[in-house]
Amino acid sequence: MSVLVNKETRLCVQGITGNTGMFHTRQCVQYGTKVVAGVTPGRAGTDVDGIPVFDTVEDAVQERGADASVIYVPPAFAADAILEAAAAGLRLIVCITEGIPALDMARVVEELRCSYPTTRLIGPNCPGVITPGECKIGIMPGYIHKPGGIGVVSRSGTLTYEAVFQLTGLGLGQSTCIGIGGDPVIGTTFLDALRLFEADPATNGVVMIGEIGGVAEEEAAEFIRTMKKPVAAFIAGRSAPPGKRMGHAGAIISGGKGTAQEKIAALERAGAKVSPTPDKIGETLRAML
Amino acid sequence: MKIHEFQAKEVLSRFGVPVPRGKVASTLEEALAAAHELGGDTWVVKAQIHAGGRGKGGGVKVCRGMEELKAAASKILGMRLITPQTGPEGRTVRRVLVAEACGVAKEYYAGIVLDRKLGCPVLMASAEGGVEIEEVAARSPEKIHRVPFPAVGGLRAFQGRTLAKRLGFASQHLSAASSLLSGLSRAFLEMDASLAEVNPLVLTTDNRVLALDAKLSFDDNALYRHPDLKEYRDLHEEEPQEVRASQFDLSYIKMDGNIGCMVNGAGLAMATLDIIQHWGGSPANFLDVGGGATKEKVTEAFKIILDDPGVRAILVNIFGGIMKCDVIAEGVVAAARAVTLKVPLVVRLEGTNVEKGKEILAQSGLNITLSEGLSDAAQKVVAAVRKGGRA
Repeated sequence: MSVLVNKETRLCVQGITGNTGMFHTRQCVQYGTKVVAGVTPGRAGTDVDGIPVFDTVEDAVQERGADASVIYVPPAFAADAILEAAAAGLRLIVCITEGIPALDMARVVEELRCSYPTTRLIGPNCPGVITPGECKIGIMPGYIHKPGGIGVVSRSGTLTYEAVFQLTGLGLGQSTCIGIGGDPVIGTTFLDALRLFEADPATNGVVMIGEIGGVAEEEAAEFIRTMKKPVAAFIAGRSAPPGKRMGHAGAIISGGKGTAQEKIAALERAGAKVSPTPDKIGETLRAML
Repeated sequence: MKIHEFQAKEVLSRFGVPVPRGKVASTLEEALAAAHELGGDTWVVKAQIHAGGRGKGGGVKVCRGMEELKAAASKILGMRLITPQTGPEGRTVRRVLVAEACGVAKEYYAGIVLDRKLGCPVLMASAEGGVEIEEVAARSPEKIHRVPFPAVGGLRAFQGRTLAKRLGFASQHLSAASSLLSGLSRAFLEMDASLAEVNPLVLTTDNRVLALDAKLSFDDNALYRHPDLKEYRDLHEEEPQEVRASQFDLSYIKMDGNIGCMVNGAGLAMATLDIIQHWGGSPANFLDVGGGATKEKVTEAFKIILDDPGVRAILVNIFGGIMKCDVIAEGVVAAARAVTLKVPLVVRLEGTNVEKGKEILAQSGLNITLSEGLSDAAQKVVAAVRKGGRA
C-alpha cells in the first residue's frame, strides 16, 4: 500500500511541452504512472506521445478526470500554476520547480491554507513522490526503488536517491518516498509526512533526511517522540559554515540557528537514530527494525 | 543578494522610511564635499562593507569639524576593516557614507524576516537597540516582540501602532514610529527582501524617529523582477570564484580546507563535506554541479576548484540517476584532460551503469582513484592529501 499516490492516480503535467516536462513525463509513463493529461496555455489540441494537452487544468480535470498534478513550469509562473491546480480541485500537487521567490510561496501556502485546506502540496524544489511499482511523480530515477514497507521523507534530491539505493541494496523496499523540497517555505512538511507514515498500515519504518536551516526537523522530533514506528535520520550540513546558503534556498544557518548539531540532538532525544555518515542511513534503519 | 547601508537607506526612503541625510563618497575630496553639502559641524563617517560590527572594527567615526572628518575619512577609506563578521582577513573599504550626526535619545531594533515555520513574514522589534539581535535573543528573549503578518495583506496599521506602543514609544511619537514600521514592511514585501533590518531605529533628541542604520538583503530567486537592484550588486564583496560559478549555473561556496569537492545535488554535496570531515579531512569548497553533470559543467567546475591554490586533492561524488554513470564518467575524463589535472582525483560513482562508468575511468589512462562507497572515497582522498598531495 502507499500514502498519497497509487496505481489509480490520474496525473496531469503542467508544463508538459517544455524540455524538462516532456523528458520526465516520458520517464514517468515508462514507470507505469497514469499520465492522463498535459497543460500548457495556448497549446490545447496538441499532444505529447498521445497524451492530450489542454489550455487549463480545469479542462484537464473535466475532460480526463485528472486528480493530481505535477508542475515543471519556470519559477516566475509556478506560484500561479500551483493555485490553478488547487482551484481546479486537484487533491495532490507536486511542484518540482526550483527557484520560486520565497514570498510567492508564502502567499501560495497562505492561500492554500485559507481557500483549499484539503489540497496537499508537495515541494517546491523537490524530486517528487514515488510509490514503488505503482506510481512515480517527479524526477527521481525509478529503478533504484523497490516496493516494501519503508517510508522515506527528505528535503534533498540526490541524497534521497543515495538512501533509497542503500535501502534497496539491503532488501528494504519502500512504501512511499516523499521529497518535500529544499526551499524555506514548502507545502508538506516533515511533520505532515511522518503523520502519514505513522497512520499507513503498509509502512513499518521511516527514513527522514534533513539538513541545516529552519526548525522543521526539531518540530518533527516532537512528533517522533510519540511514534510507534522506528525512525532513522540523517542530517546534512554538520560541516556547513554559518551564514552561507548551501545550494538549497532553505539550507542556511542564520543567527546561529538551524545547525545540524541542534537537529541531531533533538532527533536523538526523541528516540530517532541518526546515521553518523550518509552511507550508513540504510543500516541505521535496519538495526532498528 | 546583500547591499550596502547607503543603498538600503535609498531603498527604504522610497517606502517612506525616514533616514538621516547623508551622501556616499569614495575619495577624500568627495567626503569633504559631502560634509559641506550636508552643512552643520558634526558628521558620522561610516565604512560601507557587507558586514556588521563595523563600529567595533573602527569603521564608524563621529567627527566634529572638518579636520576630524578629514582624518576619519582618510583613515577609513582604503582600510582593511576587520569586524566579527568579516573573518580575520577583513574587507577593503572602498566607500564611506558621510551623514548628519543625530542626537540619540533612545535606540530600538526592528527587523523583518520570513518565518519558515509560520510560512509568513514576521516583524521583530525590541527596545534594546544598537546591539546584535542574536545577543538579545540569547540573553533575554522576552524583550523581543514578534508580530507575524500575512504576505498577501501586509502589516496592518494597528499592528505597527500596537508594536510601537509595546516598545514604549510615547503617544506623540506613535504615529512616526508606526509609519516607519509600515514602510519597512512594505519595502520587505514589495522588494522581495529576505531581511529588512533597522538597527538602531532611534528617537532623536529633537523628537524625530529615524532609521540610523539599515540592512537589506534580497531573495536571489526574485531578482528577476527587480531589475533596478542590479546596479546595487557589489562584486568586490563577493568571492570571485563564487561569482564565476554562478555564471555557469554552478553552486559553489569557498571553504577553508584543502580537499576540492564536486557533487551532484545540494544535499549530497553537503553530506560529502560532512563525510570528508568525519574521516579527518577538510573540504576546500561546496560545489553542486546540478543533476545534469555534463562535460561542460564538470570542466568548468574543475577549473573553479583548481583556482583555489589551497586544493591538494579532489573528490568527485556523483549519484547517476537519470543521468547515467557512463555518461558522467566520460564527462569527468574529458574535463580532467581539458584542465590537465595535477592533483590526485578520487571518484565515487553510484547508480545506473556504474560498472561501465568505472571502466571508462579506469581505462582513461588518467591518475584517477576509484572508490567503493562514500566512506571509502572520503578515506582515500584524505589519505591522498596526507601523502603529500601531488600525484
